[in-house]
Amino acid sequence: MKRSFGTLLLLAVLLVFPWVLKDAYYQHLMILVLMWVAIGSGWNLISGYTGQVLFGAASFFGIGAYTAALLLHKLEISAWWGLPLGGVAAVLLAFPFGWICFRLRGPYFALATLALNEILRNIATVWESLTEGMVGLLVMQTFVSKIPYYYIALGLAVLSIVLVDVVMKSRWGYYFVSIREDQDAAESLGIDTRYFKMVSLCLSALLIGLAGGLYTNYMGFIDPKVVFSLHDISIMAILVGIVGGVGTVYGPAIGAFIMVAVQEVFRTGGFGLLPALGKTTGWPFMTTLSKYVSEAHVLSFGILVIAVILYLPNGIVGDWSSIRRALIFWRRKAA
Amino acid sequence: MAYFEVKGITKFFGGLAAVNDVNFQVEQGEIYGLIGPNGSGKTTIFNCINAYFPLTKGEIYFEGKKISGLKTHQICKRGVGRTFQVVKPLKRMTVLDNVIASAFLHTRIKSEAVDLAEKTIEFCELTQYKDKLAKSLPIASRKRLEIARALATKPKLLLLDETAAGLNPSELDEAIALIKKMRDSGITIIIVEHIMKVIMTISNRILAINHGMVIAEGSPTEVAGNHEVITAYLGEDYSAQS
Repeated sequence: MKRSFGTLLLLAVLLVFPWVLKDAYYQHLMILVLMWVAIGSGWNLISGYTGQVLFGAASFFGIGAYTAALLLHKLEISAWWGLPLGGVAAVLLAFPFGWICFRLRGPYFALATLALNEILRNIATVWESLTEGMVGLLVMQTFVSKIPYYYIALGLAVLSIVLVDVVMKSRWGYYFVSIREDQDAAESLGIDTRYFKMVSLCLSALLIGLAGGLYTNYMGFIDPKVVFSLHDISIMAILVGIVGGVGTVYGPAIGAFIMVAVQEVFRTGGFGLLPALGKTTGWPFMTTLSKYVSEAHVLSFGILVIAVILYLPNGIVGDWSSIRRALIFWRRKAA
Repeated sequence: MAYFEVKGITKFFGGLAAVNDVNFQVEQGEIYGLIGPNGSGKTTIFNCINAYFPLTKGEIYFEGKKISGLKTHQICKRGVGRTFQVVKPLKRMTVLDNVIASAFLHTRIKSEAVDLAEKTIEFCELTQYKDKLAKSLPIASRKRLEIARALATKPKLLLLDETAAGLNPSELDEAIALIKKMRDSGITIIIVEHIMKVIMTISNRILAINHGMVIAEGSPTEVAGNHEVITAYLGEDYSAQS
């Protein structure tokens, strides 16, 4: 009861957010966070709950994004159709991929997903007659205001959290976790492990593909380097899952918030602090530092992962009880 | 035709015959023991029956239908359950969740699965551990959990792989009682066991194998007195004395 009250309160805050904070920059960040909630939840289904580590979330994200853009460019259908169809296209990709690659287990499957990511990026780069290659595709944004995008992203994020929550309480959820814990034991309990791994992968591709379709419509421009990016999409998806808490419903939401914040702090050089310092003091050192910091966000990801694995192996949601204990301990010490 | 029949199964690992032309039949409602020295192929026979390994040769029939060639999960659905010698609990799930996962085999409705799981846990006397994580259980309870999980799939034939290994004497008696209780509830059991106290007291018939080949079959006393069995276990000196 208490928990559902908290959830409703959070939802209410998110609903009024764009009317309270009218700054387009923060609205943009929140849209990114909500989009990452969907991607993180998708990743969490196949990797966190089913235990099949997905190193190529960008494959599904990129397929979703390109579906939306190509619908407009080749068939002159509104790119908004690309939002649902992007999800469908990602599932259509996940199906044959899973069929072939679920013969592989553990790290070998993870490597296969990494390969899929790279293959798709190269195809999108080379097949210029279809995708315009590195030139990229432009999709005119429908709305000037960010608020419609915000609510669509919020809808997508809520859909992914609800989907994960419902699935994990059902028979499928029990089967996914059984497969993660011991595939051989699961098989001997009458669970068709290959089939249920496919189910999990397709659901997760659906969520990530939907996010890709939204991305095209919102950002208005895609190219292979952006949407099939290994570190900005695939690795980021893993980080969102790990930081928030692998195998928890709300983990990806917390992870998305933190990871988008971390990325933004680095991208802007501490929210413009370092470039500003460089300008006011006139030290070339500061300007150079700010340039390197803004390029070093991938490095910061690495450091963050090491810290999380060392101190919070189950992520922030998974280790919440121990975090709370540490906080209470601190407060007592201070008093 | 027998209730469960193994016809000439053979399993090669490279050039090594782990199981070589083994035949046996199990009647409905009996406890059938499988014994043999270490590495004689007992667990391999189980792995062949539930298709964990593909057979090199031979056929397996259950209730008159061929089950060799099916996949592991299909065989389980037909009613052949198994436990593992090296227990495989789903570690980061509670005992109840472990059993619910397997109880979903014959129902899609969660409340029914939970119901069946709770009954099975009670049957196996694991109720006090119900909400504990499987990885926190002591070995005797893990073995019980292994049985509970297999039982929740409602097997007609259950393959028990060294369920009594590593237990202390009082736990051993409880394990024997549980196996008898399962037989009385109508489940046919094939059991692999090293502990003679268990296998001699509960088996109706015993099959002894060595180097993957059958060396004796019969009632517990017949097999215990068999020359080849004594040779296999204790060496030539002892078989000559008897």
